[in-house]
Amino acid sequence: MADEIRIDRIRCDGHGLCAELLPELIELDDWGYPLLAPGPVPEHLREHARQAVAACPVVALRLERVAAAIQSGRRA
Amino acid sequence: MRSPVGLLDGPPPAAGAEGLASHEARLGRLPVGSEAQGLIPMLEASGLQGRGGAGFPVGRKWRSVAERSGGRAVVLANGAEGELLSMKDRTLMAARPHLVLDGALLAAEAVGAERIALYVGQEHTAASASLRRAITERGGEVMRRAGVVVAPSGYVSGEATAAVRYLNKGVALPTSTPPRPFEQGVGGRPTLVQNVESLALSALVARFGDAWYREAGRRPAAGPALVTVSGPVARPGVHEIALGTTVSELVAAAGGLQAHVQAALIGGYFGAWLPSEQALALSLDPAALRARGVAFGCGVVAFLPAAVCGVAATADIISYMAAASARQCGPCLFGLRAIAEATGRLAGGTPAPEDLVRISRWSAQLPGRGGCRHPDGAAGLMRSALEVFAEEFSLHQRGACQHGAPQRKAA
Ligand SMILES: Cc1cc2nc3c(=O)[nH]c(=O)nc-3n(C[C@H](O)[C@H](O)[C@H](O)COP(=O)(O)O)c2cc1C
Ligand code: SF4
Ligand code: SF4
Repeated sequence: MADEIRIDRIRCDGHGLCAELLPELIELDDWGYPLLAPGPVPEHLREHARQAVAACPVVALRLERVAAAIQSGRRA
Repeated sequence: MRSPVGLLDGPPPAAGAEGLASHEARLGRLPVGSEAQGLIPMLEASGLQGRGGAGFPVGRKWRSVAERSGGRAVVLANGAEGELLSMKDRTLMAARPHLVLDGALLAAEAVGAERIALYVGQEHTAASASLRRAITERGGEVMRRAGVVVAPSGYVSGEATAAVRYLNKGVALPTSTPPRPFEQGVGGRPTLVQNVESLALSALVARFGDAWYREAGRRPAAGPALVTVSGPVARPGVHEIALGTTVSELVAAAGGLQAHVQAALIGGYFGAWLPSEQALALSLDPAALRARGVAFGCGVVAFLPAAVCGVAATADIISYMAAASARQCGPCLFGLRAIAEATGRLAGGTPAPEDLVRISRWSAQLPGRGGCRHPDGAAGLMRSALEVFAEEFSLHQRGACQHGAPQRKAA
């Protein structure tokens, strides 16, 4: 089991706070919206990821438990 | 190349809606009760995949709704057909309303749904009139359960969560998932959102079996399909094919090419450009296409004449896609708009330095970054354009065009 970050793109309004708190996994695009590194959150960044999730002012971030085998699987 | 039973067999579609008597004389009555019970496994065995664009297995979707329904699910037949290059759903609904209705009724029985909403794009007036008449022809029980809901025009109103939200709140914009419609949709109930062609095919599978469906395709592909052909062919419009048919056979069935073509757009605005020789050799088999990174999508095959600039044609499509954004998500709103503006500058002969480089970077960044898959489709189309029209794009970055002066308008 591992955690992946999920962004609710409809909620996110590009505050960019997440990228400040978790620069290892989140960059911002030219308009200030997050670009997420693919894959699960590495062990040593878990705490930072939790902080970023908690800090998003519009509650657009969450951590989702994924079985290691289906990481990053997106459904149609 | 046609299977013995098809979606558009019977009176020619141009003759208008087929009535109930003719429909039943041709295909027999709708299987009911215990016969319909076995339909989910039969659909799973058939291999039927959705025809609204995403190609999700139909049987599996029915099962996930059935498992949650408790008899209170909703069936939402998706006939929004916002895709500008596609005409197959409106044609099917207008000409074969009873087949679509059969599919929706069977789905309702199989998943345990009371209500059936036939969600029909606003512009498709012949389709909604035809479905309304068909519901009246069926009488009491069907009239009580099923109704036409007119979908507002716009590319994203046909997206599944947008359709659900329209029925719930009168706003046809996508919502965040989860919950997905099969979990919580119309009125909070598990909702089966299914394209109208998928439903019509399900009604044929119910009558003729999963083996019929598989044999109706050309191996290894399964099933018949409706496709929309456009560009310089003698008979553009909707054609029925066996999946697995090649594009060149389809072109022959459409009366052949009337002009030189340089490329074809396969799958519509969510699809990809291919150079014409490659496109003609393609087999219209969703699995084979996917393996090549091309989506069958909603079955669009659109040819670009050699005389029309590929950069200009792409600029038109991408600006339409940008304008069609529901403007709820930053990457879709700003990213698509920026790509469209830069492509427009290139097409119009007023490139800014680095436009091409930026288009390429922005398109690579878009997939997976919208609330729905709208930006993914547009980005895929753009990336294919950069590949197929690579030379033209770099000429345009230098302010030139091999079609003479850079031109804004495609034919
Ligand atoms: C932007 C967008 C627009 C869509 N428009 C339509 C549409 O007009 N009709 C349709 O059937 N599906 C449309 N879809 C796909 C639906 O979300 C959904 O997958 C489909 O209706 C499910 O039916 P199917 O499995 O039978 O294809 C659209 C998807 C997206 C992302
Ligand atoms: S902090 Fe929240 S709103 Fe801000 S960019 Fe990150 S996800 Fe979006
Ligand atoms: S990705 Fe675009 S079309 Fe889809 S919900 Fe977001 S803004 Fe709307």
